[in-house]
Amino acid sequence: MTIAEKILARASGKRTVKPRELVTAQIDVAMSHENADVVLRAFREIGIEKVWDPERIVLLFDHRIPADSEKTAATHQRIRNFVKEQGIKYFYDLKEGICHQILPEKGHSRPGEVMVGTDSHTTTHGAFGTFAAGIGATEMAGVWAMGELWFMVPESLKIEVSGHFPHYVSAKDLILSIIGRLGAAGADYKAVEFCGEAISEMSIASRMVMTNLSMEMGAKVAFVVPDAKTIDYVKARTDKEFTASLPDEDAQYARTMDICVDDLEPMIACPHAVDNVKPVRAVAGTKIDQALIGSCTNGRLEDIAVAAEILDGKVVARDVRLLVIPASREVYLRALEMGYIEILVKSGAVILNPGCGPCLGAHQGLLAGGEVCISTTNRNFKGRMGSPESAVYLASPATVAQSAINGVIAAP
Amino acid sequence: MEMIKGRVYKFGDDVNTDVIYPGKYLSITTDRQEMAKHCFEAAHPEFLVNAQAGDIIVGGRNFGCGSSREQAATCLLHFGIAAVVAESFARIFYRNAINLGLPVVVAPGITQLVEQGDIIEISLDQGFVKNTGTSAIVQSTKLPSYVMEIINDGGLVKHLQKRLGIRKDREG
Repeated sequence: MTIAEKILARASGKRTVKPRELVTAQIDVAMSHENADVVLRAFREIGIEKVWDPERIVLLFDHRIPADSEKTAATHQRIRNFVKEQGIKYFYDLKEGICHQILPEKGHSRPGEVMVGTDSHTTTHGAFGTFAAGIGATEMAGVWAMGELWFMVPESLKIEVSGHFPHYVSAKDLILSIIGRLGAAGADYKAVEFCGEAISEMSIASRMVMTNLSMEMGAKVAFVVPDAKTIDYVKARTDKEFTASLPDEDAQYARTMDICVDDLEPMIACPHAVDNVKPVRAVAGTKIDQALIGSCTNGRLEDIAVAAEILDGKVVARDVRLLVIPASREVYLRALEMGYIEILVKSGAVILNPGCGPCLGAHQGLLAGGEVCISTTNRNFKGRMGSPESAVYLASPATVAQSAINGVIAAP
Repeated sequence: MEMIKGRVYKFGDDVNTDVIYPGKYLSITTDRQEMAKHCFEAAHPEFLVNAQAGDIIVGGRNFGCGSSREQAATCLLHFGIAAVVAESFARIFYRNAINLGLPVVVAPGITQLVEQGDIIEISLDQGFVKNTGTSAIVQSTKLPSYVMEIINDGGLVKHLQKRLGIRKDREG
């Protein structure tokens, strides 16, 4: 069996499962951010008093923090009250950061388990060997009530990556090139398994870029095959026992792909689709108004480090606004200790509090009509970050940092 | 379940949830009628003028890709959209629609069969979609019985109430 099949078999109490089989899986972790307010409404409608397990539900705020409006403040208030009412054990208020960074940091992302989250980028946690899928709010209300959920066992797609990354070329360039090749629906309903030399050598943060952006080719879940690096990271952050699921030698895949990164160049997703991927050189020289480094895709320490390296002693172009958003309080503190924040502020960057920032167009740095933003985030849909007449390009932290200096899109 | 009949409002491939329901309205979490006022507002403002309650949305491949925001399905349901038929759906939107009781129908070939404004009939039970003007028919994928049960119960909330033996009379 593949990783997805093994985990779903375990979670549904079966010895084996096959693709397309419908199973009911027990949920190990159920995560929601501000949209817990939508979940809450549906949960009340069902009409039961208590959640199935207050120790398996993780709630936090990241999408609109601090509250951008009275409406959001009321949402935050209702959720805080619910946390107290139900005795939800794991609640991270607005000081912590983005869900897809906080859950791993706090030890909730564990190999071999089933996690659901009311956020499409929940696929990120597959970097730890977790079967982690995004679901909707009403469905989550069902999970809060019953602790289980139906899944169609997905077919799996194996992507084996060999070679070594050239300087300033990273996981973001790799996953963008894969999405460009497979298309926005290229992994629809599938489980993706990343393996191979280049994946083994990747940091945990880079592996999370791979599983995070797999969502943008339609994946239900994505995994990095767990190894010693995975186990070390998770063990340092939780005392809970877990068993990693590894794919069997004879696992069946719907498709396999082999990619070598030796000659990979900086890549960029052009407006208004994540699969509209080109080499950066094809659009180099495009004037930008805003540059953004952050998000659940690329707001981690290594992302801020490479930006600081490129911006050290340089200044952001006069007509460009550079926004930097550490993914979490832990990342922010480390970036301060390492001196990265000082370098970035001296270069002219504005540092925002850990959270989703303007990625989803809610607040903090939206775009006016005709403006262009180059961003390390995960979506460039029309109007995503503000005006429907604005344009968003998605690239690596190194490319965004270099572009901020040049005032135009530029490869690092 | 009876036939669903309605006028076609047609879109292309990869219609994403940011386009269906802009992120700036995500702070609306409970007022479903308010959500319905913002369907396709930024990217296709003509929708709110030209579409009517009872219309059936026909989409291409990968309808509803992107964010998990349930508002994308809620706003269509409360606008009065009778069903969404597409070549294929992105999985989270598809599940959200089922859980809310909005019929979603996978019908490969549908975009070749109908034009904007055509009248179509959908049979969820028998698994077909028919263009009443041309009488052309495409087969649609039948849903597993477990999933049909959720739709027939009127969505997940009512389905769970039934399972748990909770009798409630509330608007869904």
